[in-house]
Amino acid sequence: MEYVNIIIDDKPIKAEKGQTILKAARQAGIGIPTLCYYELNGQQLENRPGGCRVCVVEVSGRKNLAPACATEVMEGMEIKTHSLRVVNARRTVVELLLSDHPASCLICSKSGNCELQSLAQKLGIRDIPFKGEQSMYKKDFSPAIIREMNKCIMCRRCETVCNKLQTVGALSAVNRGFMAVVAPAFEQDLAQSPCTMCGQCVQACPVGALSEVNQTRQVIQAINNPAKKVVVQTAPAVRVALGEEFGMEPGTIVTGKMAAALRRIGFDYVFDTDFAADLTIMEEGTELLGRISKFMAGDKSVRLPILTSCCPGWVNFFETNYSDMLDVPSTAKSPQQMFGAIAKNYWAEKIGVKREDMIVVSIMPCVAKKFECQRDEFKENGNPDVDYSLTTRELAELIKQFNIDFNTLPDEDFDNPLGASTGAAVIFGATGGVIEAATRTAYEIFTKKKLDKVDFNALRGLDGVRSATVDFDGTPIHIGIAHGLGNARKLLDMVRNGEANFHAIEVMACPGGCVGGAGQPFHHGDFSKVEKRFEAIYREDEGKPIRKSHENPYIKQLYEEFLGEPCGEKSHHLLHTHYFDKSKQVEVEA
Amino acid sequence: MIKVKLAEDKINKIKEICTSFGNKAGEAINVLHKVQGEFGYLPAEVQEVIAKELNVSVANIYGIVTFYSFFTMIPKGEHPISICMGTACYVRGSEKILDEFKRQLKIAIGETTPDGKFSLNCLRCVGACGLAPVVLIGDKVYGRVTTDKVQEIIGEYKA
Repeated sequence: MEYVNIIIDDKPIKAEKGQTILKAARQAGIGIPTLCYYELNGQQLENRPGGCRVCVVEVSGRKNLAPACATEVMEGMEIKTHSLRVVNARRTVVELLLSDHPASCLICSKSGNCELQSLAQKLGIRDIPFKGEQSMYKKDFSPAIIREMNKCIMCRRCETVCNKLQTVGALSAVNRGFMAVVAPAFEQDLAQSPCTMCGQCVQACPVGALSEVNQTRQVIQAINNPAKKVVVQTAPAVRVALGEEFGMEPGTIVTGKMAAALRRIGFDYVFDTDFAADLTIMEEGTELLGRISKFMAGDKSVRLPILTSCCPGWVNFFETNYSDMLDVPSTAKSPQQMFGAIAKNYWAEKIGVKREDMIVVSIMPCVAKKFECQRDEFKENGNPDVDYSLTTRELAELIKQFNIDFNTLPDEDFDNPLGASTGAAVIFGATGGVIEAATRTAYEIFTKKKLDKVDFNALRGLDGVRSATVDFDGTPIHIGIAHGLGNARKLLDMVRNGEANFHAIEVMACPGGCVGGAGQPFHHGDFSKVEKRFEAIYREDEGKPIRKSHENPYIKQLYEEFLGEPCGEKSHHLLHTHYFDKSKQVEVEA
Repeated sequence: MIKVKLAEDKINKIKEICTSFGNKAGEAINVLHKVQGEFGYLPAEVQEVIAKELNVSVANIYGIVTFYSFFTMIPKGEHPISICMGTACYVRGSEKILDEFKRQLKIAIGETTPDGKFSLNCLRCVGACGLAPVVLIGDKVYGRVTTDKVQEIIGEYKA
């Protein structure tokens, strides 16, 4: 490593050659405020258009102020980060931004989490001296995401995330000057674009321009309707992140407090999506083994690899971008939808409630789940298996609205039977977890031997694309893993071009898997928070007495009482789905 | 599946242009330039095909089209009218000339009349400042234009 000597705010510093002033300063413990800058550490994502000019610094010998995020350090540089000139310029920049920003902080969904708001507070801005035109755009509602471009500050984080990290390409900066805005092609609504509703743009947006569709009011209404039985299910990744909304350290496990809070909010049954994750493993694992055995027996009608289908952003992505491979993903529904199907077809009957009188609410780390539960194929006579899907953030909002002191809640358990789960289900929340859970079960079924060590460390980690070979007692099973849709594209292109031979591939649309989901507490680009949630998932798994899905006693009971066998006729009807071609094709006009 | 429909010869022409630039995403501006030269404008379907050929998102292509004022998604009229807004023309009253054209044609800048005959645009200096204010219709230059002359000029092309 080559170093250069620089001086920041009179402090001599050895900085890495090629580093930006911003990074060198931060490493030396000198804070420079930023706004458009966004980095996901370790995920090869950096947005630094140098456009907002909030990070400007004074560099000796230069006439103009330099953006710290986009200026490289040079030998002998003398930098002032808080000179009067810098402070005044920074202030003017923020005042100008505020002059074209609605001052509706009191009722904005991002209030308290808004980076522009906190910057304005930090700089002590009490007046907006510039009066000018205000941008006026119509609100755009997609099934999961709301765009309010009046609030857009053109940091272009969403554009970078959508194109570079996710390679979805739904968003781009369009028009110029005052009219410039981030929008889908032809300024159509998001619903008409190739948007997968992964929501990473919502996670990245520093202001309230992008947010999720909020359904807390509908849920409160359902809970207060005496004619309805309201069932709630919570996804694995929620329990390792929810605490952050109440001042806890990232990675704090709050499973018990969460169950207690849900009960106090008034849900009739507090169940767990983890139960359905175990069920998913039974179905998907059986399907995987079935396909592998047929393939090995020379059956040309089956295609490998099998792709996981738990992640709704990923499902939307392959329906749009890999419509030639729609027979490759597992037909297993996601845990959210399996839960809904079981709740409304099995549990409702068991407790003597009509399907229409049961409301299923899911708490998800996800924005795309809001769209998934609205899909027509997951409805029966118009009645959805899952009525409302709330994000982790919306649950925190509910807890606050109900005036519950989360931190002092006792630990409570989920209700049974749909609340019992294994460690295999918990790890669904982290990249590599679904396939590890599937491996734990598939190994035992395939080899008919007991698995002594359930930890498959080769499948774990946070590298964007990973591969590993698991020894199924002499049969090598090749597994591919990708998280982030850009990484998924790399892996899928390899498969499409015949450059990779995997038996199974797991994909999660969000970086880190569901722990880094778009519905999780805002991390503001601090990926170490996601890493801590990731570690917590595996701690929760370790602490579980049962760690293999097929050993979940309530899953066994469900098959005995109701479903029959995995991938049987009843499961096929209730727990499996099919996919649609959503690609865009150019056709010759007749 | 969402279908984008376009005439076969147009699709082929676009593909030919994209191929001539090696189907490179970095050549998007050149491709758009050439395609607009061919069709006169860049409608949505055309942008879709270009995006597919260059393997970039159509949002990105649209971003380029809307950023550069040279690109247009509206077909130009049979007789494109350009009013010079350069300094010399401006001080000699070109804004009033522009207003008169707008009034008579009932269109705004960047628009085309419903019959497709005229489109209206501004430009900055054609190097004929001695003739200010200057109006261009197609390649023909009209100098020392006054508001009274506008009707007569339009009339030349109406037949």
